[in-house]
Amino acid sequence: MSIKKYVHSPEKMDRRTFLKAAGLTSSAALFSACVSKEALEALLQKDFRSLSKEEIAKIIERLEAEYSQKFGKPFTVSAKEPIPNTFFGYALDISRCIGCRRCVYACVEENNQSRDPQIQYIKVLEMEKEEGIDFLHADLYYEHEKVPFEGHFYVPVQCQQCKNPPCVKSCPVGATWTEPDGIVVVDYDWCIGCRTCMAACPYGARLFNWGEPHLPAEETNPHTHFLGNRPRPKGVVEKCTFCIQRVREGRYPACVEVCPVGARKFGNLLDKESEIRYILENKRVLILKEELNTQPKFYYFYGT
Amino acid sequence: MRISGMKLGSIAPSFASILLCLLLAAGYLASAYRAKIPQEDKNGQENIQIPPPPLTEGIFPCSQCHAEMETNFTRRKLEDFHDDIVFQHDQENRWCLDCHDAENRDMLHTASGELISFEESFKLCGQCHGPKLRDWKAGIHGRRTGYWNGSKKYLLCVHCHDPHSPKFPKIEPEPAPRKPGKIK
Repeated sequence: MSIKKYVHSPEKMDRRTFLKAAGLTSSAALFSACVSKEALEALLQKDFRSLSKEEIAKIIERLEAEYSQKFGKPFTVSAKEPIPNTFFGYALDISRCIGCRRCVYACVEENNQSRDPQIQYIKVLEMEKEEGIDFLHADLYYEHEKVPFEGHFYVPVQCQQCKNPPCVKSCPVGATWTEPDGIVVVDYDWCIGCRTCMAACPYGARLFNWGEPHLPAEETNPHTHFLGNRPRPKGVVEKCTFCIQRVREGRYPACVEVCPVGARKFGNLLDKESEIRYILENKRVLILKEELNTQPKFYYFYGT
Repeated sequence: MRISGMKLGSIAPSFASILLCLLLAAGYLASAYRAKIPQEDKNGQENIQIPPPPLTEGIFPCSQCHAEMETNFTRRKLEDFHDDIVFQHDQENRWCLDCHDAENRDMLHTASGELISFEESFKLCGQCHGPKLRDWKAGIHGRRTGYWNGSKKYLLCVHCHDPHSPKFPKIEPEPAPRKPGKIK
């Protein structure tokens, strides 16, 4: 038979023997490959939402040790739950933004994004004032000596934290979901890297780790959250989480604090006294690609 | 057993497919997640801090020089001192003493003559820029740092806008992202 030339063994092997051998050898390979108990535990880890508090605590202990060793400084990984009665919203003043990209790099530093290959959650789009908001003719790669550039305005785009998120619906394994405080998160240990969510997101807000993320140890932020800025492995999708590690402690996201013109506003949509509610009630507000019914909680407004 | 005849290359795919099946099956079994919400009080009352005004070092108190000087009320371009100030703020209609008080050199004054300290200069600005003052108080205009549910830090108008030339200056942008074509 022609198949003979592909079989290297001099003796003929029947199907039964092959399966037996394959089964035995793969289980042997499994155990020899996972010599350490930690690695085996990581391999068999359940998805985040199925884990008990005790299991989460154990995993966190393992991750903290792993990251601390890898980057040579003490890392903390939190699994802090949502603050009761919060539902986060974000607003960005298009009339103020000057396109300086300070937010892009503050985000990279806060959230431990890979420097090379480059991963950035915020994309600042330059648009022409004469054209209005027009994604077809927007420029992500603008370079000017000084900004704002004459006749142009800027629309930074990041995860819109949709109330009706197409990415969550598209994930075949349930590795991404909306938390009770409205933040769409990813379980990096559960993501299979199929990138279906990236195809589903109409805002280009999800990014894939094509290569091993390169993160200089001295530039890492060791203050992390399990569902947020902890170091990611190669082959998983990541995204903006409103700085979950900060906002669940009551702080503003990094991009809000760094913005030199104060164009970025953040708060609790359920709190009538919040800045975000003031904007929704008093300013001209728009959302991107409204016709897709994604229902973003990321609003753009004109503060003037 | 004839394991010796097997090559690792033929084992790896079967190992991977078993793993993939396991992962997929577990994914579909993922149960609905309901985080238990801990009972916590909302953080205390809103507490707002404003840093001191950004006065040029050594220039304040103004009275250290002006106390000895006679006030010249004539509207003019300054030449001997303060000549580095570029004044582009309704310059056709106003000059120094419309905001700086001639009697109390370390104070400002509103149009009605009410004295205002440099720490509260936003009251002076708000005389003309009412809607901006309203939005600033609501936290919509200007940069706020701190806690969305607690103490916050505001900046004064003059931290970002030079009161003599208030238009926000153009700044150098951070580098553009790498174009996909340039990624190795």
